[in-house]
Amino acid sequence: MRRNLILGTALSSLVLLAALLSFVWTPYDHAALSIPDKLQTPGPEHWFGTDHFGRDMFSMIMVGARTSIAVALIAVGIGMGLGVPLGLTAAARKGSWLDEVIMRGNDLVFAFPSIIIAILITAVFGAGAVNAIIAIGIFNIPVFARVARGAALSLWEREFILAARVAGKGPARISAEHILPNIANLLIVQGTIQFSLGILAEAGLSYVGLGAQPPTPSWGRMLADAQTMVSFAPHLALIPGLAIIVTVLGLNLMGDGLRDWLDPRIRVARA
Amino acid sequence: MGQTLTRTLASAIALSAGLFATAAIAQDDITIAMQLEPPHLDPTSAAAQAIDSVVYTNIFEGLTRFMGDGSVVPGLAESWEISEDGTEYTFKLRDGVTFHDGTTMDAEDVKFSLDRARAEDSANAQKALFAGISDVTVVDPQTVKITLKEPDGNFLFNLAWGDAVIVAPESIEDIKTNPVGTGAYTFSEWVQGDRIELTRNPDYWGEQPAIATATFRFISDPTAAFAAVMAEDVDVFTAFPAPENLPQFEADPRFQVLIGSTEGETILSTNNKQAPFDNVKVREAMAHAIDRQAIIDGAMFGYGTPIGTHFAPHHPAYIDLTGQSAYDPEKAKALLAEAGLADGFETTLHLPPPSYARRGGEIVAAQLAEVGIKAEIINVEWAQWLETVFKGKNFGLTIVSHTEPMDIGIYARPDYYFQYENPEFQALMEELTRTTDPDKRTELLQQAQRMIADDYVNGYLFQLAAITVAKAGIEGLWENAPTAAVDLTGVKWTE
Repeated sequence: MRRNLILGTALSSLVLLAALLSFVWTPYDHAALSIPDKLQTPGPEHWFGTDHFGRDMFSMIMVGARTSIAVALIAVGIGMGLGVPLGLTAAARKGSWLDEVIMRGNDLVFAFPSIIIAILITAVFGAGAVNAIIAIGIFNIPVFARVARGAALSLWEREFILAARVAGKGPARISAEHILPNIANLLIVQGTIQFSLGILAEAGLSYVGLGAQPPTPSWGRMLADAQTMVSFAPHLALIPGLAIIVTVLGLNLMGDGLRDWLDPRIRVARA
Repeated sequence: MGQTLTRTLASAIALSAGLFATAAIAQDDITIAMQLEPPHLDPTSAAAQAIDSVVYTNIFEGLTRFMGDGSVVPGLAESWEISEDGTEYTFKLRDGVTFHDGTTMDAEDVKFSLDRARAEDSANAQKALFAGISDVTVVDPQTVKITLKEPDGNFLFNLAWGDAVIVAPESIEDIKTNPVGTGAYTFSEWVQGDRIELTRNPDYWGEQPAIATATFRFISDPTAAFAAVMAEDVDVFTAFPAPENLPQFEADPRFQVLIGSTEGETILSTNNKQAPFDNVKVREAMAHAIDRQAIIDGAMFGYGTPIGTHFAPHHPAYIDLTGQSAYDPEKAKALLAEAGLADGFETTLHLPPPSYARRGGEIVAAQLAEVGIKAEIINVEWAQWLETVFKGKNFGLTIVSHTEPMDIGIYARPDYYFQYENPEFQALMEELTRTTDPDKRTELLQQAQRMIADDYVNGYLFQLAAITVAKAGIEGLWENAPTAAVDLTGVKWTE
């Protein structure tokens, strides 16, 4: 549905804009503590209120968006950058030992719930944004490898690939020049969905203290900090919670919309 | 029909509820929650406060003991005589004291316990308490004589510690899992990760306590702690971890909130051997960069007393030195410039789990950043903290509360984790140990407080408040925490 695409893009852009804007402007310094101003409810002075240290929540949410997006984006980049070539290789060598090794390796990573892997990695290598990125990136690899391999396999049966082979192109060149452009749509849609999962994973890791470390604001840690104060300052938990919902909902709607929009079959049906 | 049935049922329930309410008058069981579970139950071989919280005075007793107000009173020793020169203590033991396994407690057990604690291979966490003992002799089964190398004005106080309790050679083997002491409560069950149960000891030498069975539960998460108290799952929560929730308990007639003082000096521990902290100017600069009140308000929601040295404010010998390191960021910057660090420097700030450290650390880091000191926050679990900071001394800064009573002596130990080495201070501590005259002791203690404040050894933040949340009908809980303990012997339900 076109409506999903528009709404999704609008919500995602809103978050992206907030993140970009935070580089040049936030209403207050997000790291400036002001204990006397703590726990103010949302109002004209502090739009989203202040937290238990008197920091401006609106500024923290803006900079937190930056953290979330940066972590999720790089992590998806890692997943795509490694997963897609692996998947294409597996498809090109379908049935060979290489295909087996790659896909069984994927199964191995897939066998664990993604957040558990991320917690394992950060627990072993230490908490921090960089390790969170690597952890989320690693569990993204098999997702992209599978999508790429599945889509590529059906393409390998097509006549234009046969033509390319007859023309003397090797499997690597065919994968890069003919297969990849034809599965790009799918990868973009998958990327959008993985991106939203990345945001959730980052929030989850920060919530248990394994993501970005203070003073870098992070939505997950804002939620964790708010826990004991929910009963008398609910905005501390509601606001970062809503930020996560808006972002993830936006990205998922956008992903759905993109899929419908980019899928040739649906496009044909619509026309 | 249906309605009548419902009504009958309802009245039956109301009736039985009434019956239970009547029964509740004689309530003699209690559930006490605390944050940390003890690693084992031997107070004489570990520093973990959680052990003392469960066993001190309940299961194990010493020759002397602490009361809730911090005073030291006779325990298993009924009375004592001190020789003219202050080096010989003759303790007269109480009659008819038996261990929970039925064996009698006599002078042999005292000798065994003290010799075990001060032995070369002893695992006692506070061996310094016994360092002054040169000999323990059994005069007769009810009398024991302890000879000191030199007079020690603190000796009776030292014997009151949980590390100095009397244990029996018959039951020492299993002490960690099956503690057998002389106290008013016997150990019944430990469900690891959940609870420890104690039962009243019918053969106790003293007065029978009002509470018959006590359950200690371990709830580490502050949110869960709040929920457990609110839901009345627990009757008492000692060292309640979320001060932000106290106003809600205070406003609720079902609960009472006790605020007292602890022996916990919460300090910004500084690695005195690591550059640039080996420069006193840098340490002084940090002291002026820190706004104590902001930390107390921000991290502890106002609960805590500012301190300017490593000493408990409720102690008579305490002197308020907070003015010496008053919040003055401009002065801090000037001092850093004098030390050749006008552009500041980078360091690490290791933070263990309690909120005084995690929240306090965020505030301290922000305050240090104001004067150009960039402290990277590293959140660690306790095991990791002990490994890296306490044993490994691999840290720049850390925040921790030193909860042992009267522990200014740690500054005389150059190998202690913050590595303060000052022969003058060490000499002062030696003199203090030799001194028995109270006025002279006070003077020496004050001198010691000034010396470490002048050297800005650590950043002195605040004295941790003892926060206990309990149901309204409970009486006799300790308000202050002169040592880690939940003394059940005086506790009772009033309604």
